[in-house]
Amino acid sequence: MLEITNLNVYYGAIHALKGISLKVEEGEIVTLIGANGAGKSTCLKTISGLLRPKSGDMVFDGKSIKDVPAHKIVEMGIAHIPEGRRMFSNMTVLENLEMGAYTRNDRKGILEDMEKVFKRFPRLLERKHQLAGTLSGGEQQMLSIGRGLMVRPKLLMLDEPSMGLAPLLVREIFDIIKEINKAGTTILLVEQNAHMALSIAQRAYVLETGSITLEGSAKDLRQNPHVKKAYLGE
Amino acid sequence: MVEFVQQLINGISLGCIYALIALGYTMVYGIVRLINFAHGDIYMVGAYIGYLTAHRIGPHFFPALIIAMAGAATLGVTIEKIAYKPLRYAPRIAALTTAIGVSIFLENAVRKFISPNFLPFPEMIKRVPFEVRGVTFSNVQIIVPLVALLLVIVLQYIVLRTKPGRAMRAVSLDKDCARLMGVNVDKIVSITFAMGSSLAAAAGVLVGIAYPRIDPYMGVMAGLKAFVSAVLGGIGIIPGAALGGLFMGLAEVMAVHFINSAFKDAVAFVILIIVLLVKPSGLLGKYVSEKV
Repeated sequence: MLEITNLNVYYGAIHALKGISLKVEEGEIVTLIGANGAGKSTCLKTISGLLRPKSGDMVFDGKSIKDVPAHKIVEMGIAHIPEGRRMFSNMTVLENLEMGAYTRNDRKGILEDMEKVFKRFPRLLERKHQLAGTLSGGEQQMLSIGRGLMVRPKLLMLDEPSMGLAPLLVREIFDIIKEINKAGTTILLVEQNAHMALSIAQRAYVLETGSITLEGSAKDLRQNPHVKKAYLGE
Repeated sequence: MVEFVQQLINGISLGCIYALIALGYTMVYGIVRLINFAHGDIYMVGAYIGYLTAHRIGPHFFPALIIAMAGAATLGVTIEKIAYKPLRYAPRIAALTTAIGVSIFLENAVRKFISPNFLPFPEMIKRVPFEVRGVTFSNVQIIVPLVALLLVIVLQYIVLRTKPGRAMRAVSLDKDCARLMGVNVDKIVSITFAMGSSLAAAAGVLVGIAYPRIDPYMGVMAGLKAFVSAVLGGIGIIPGAALGGLFMGLAEVMAVHFINSAFKDAVAFVILIIVLLVKPSGLLGKYVSEKV
């Protein structure tokens, strides 16, 4: 579904991604784990078109998206839920969800999807007309995911969905990610919480200072001594 | 009392004109964080398009208004594409300097190709004076605020209730996140410039009707005062600009009448200084600390 080959990305003079290659197959949950500053968010931003790679290629559904502008990439079916939730804080919950459906024109489908989001997150329904900025952290994360789902994406990319949330909420969010995947959406998950990420993913990549140092099935990586020591704290 | 009401009516007319110009300042600032110092000159060009239209097809108000608005919208979008867009990721001072350059360019283009002198604005609406309990006013002083109010209502409707309006708000809140929702930011910027410029042009035509004399530099002072109005209301906040403009018009008229006519232009800067000292975020602005 998504194949990245030899991707190089720079922030000015800083070489942020050093020739990384990765692959996401349809129906999978793939996770990209690594420490702060390893380049995980950079990778997602490059896929979604916010950053431009210097070299390398990205192919989605058989088409290169290397030179496609961000707003067109969304239309192709890639939703990116950015780090730190990034609500439109002065807009209501409903308006935020409508923004998620910005590229779509199927009024009926949009309403259906909104129903689904409200069913999955009843709390959002209660707060439909509230400004997004007044929601709690957990609610904002739900809204952020809901907004991503309104794109009706083929590939959903999540950046640190567990950040700043209480452990109980983290579990809830990860259960929801699993459900979304079961309902047919492919997932690329970036996480610092390696333990949770490896528990729901099928495959994983370990990113260290801009390079992929390990890859394999999530099960194997959980047994890997380096991963255990560096990311699982065992 | 009669005198006060009289000045109130005069002030509202003038304030509506400032408000219409201030809206464009504030909208553009909200989207691209640029103080578009050429905006006052767009207002001037709007007045001239109204003037030329009236000379071509006769002094009809609505056609002149619509053509001026459409012409200014096209001009605003073109200026943005040519002058500002290449500088969108450059330091802000570069775009600001460019805006001043555009301003000088527009003033001199009108001087050269139309006329460097004052021109009488055609009488598009026949002036009918009224008198109610000692207060005199004309139909123009009713029509100007009504047209302004109508335009502000249309603008608010677009911004709050339509899809492009929602996208405008999203871009002003978080540009990258809006792109992730599939918003074409360039298109939204163009729409913003088109809307802001057309409001300024409407103000240009209205001012021509209310104070029938136009010149290539009419946008300089009006633009500055509208800019102060936008700051007064809270830059980036649409209802703030409307409120600030009204306040500015009233303050100016009252100062001229009750203090001294020499204060006509000074009022704006007194207001600016007070706002910056007391509440820099403006009347409707919330205090926001600069993010690092």
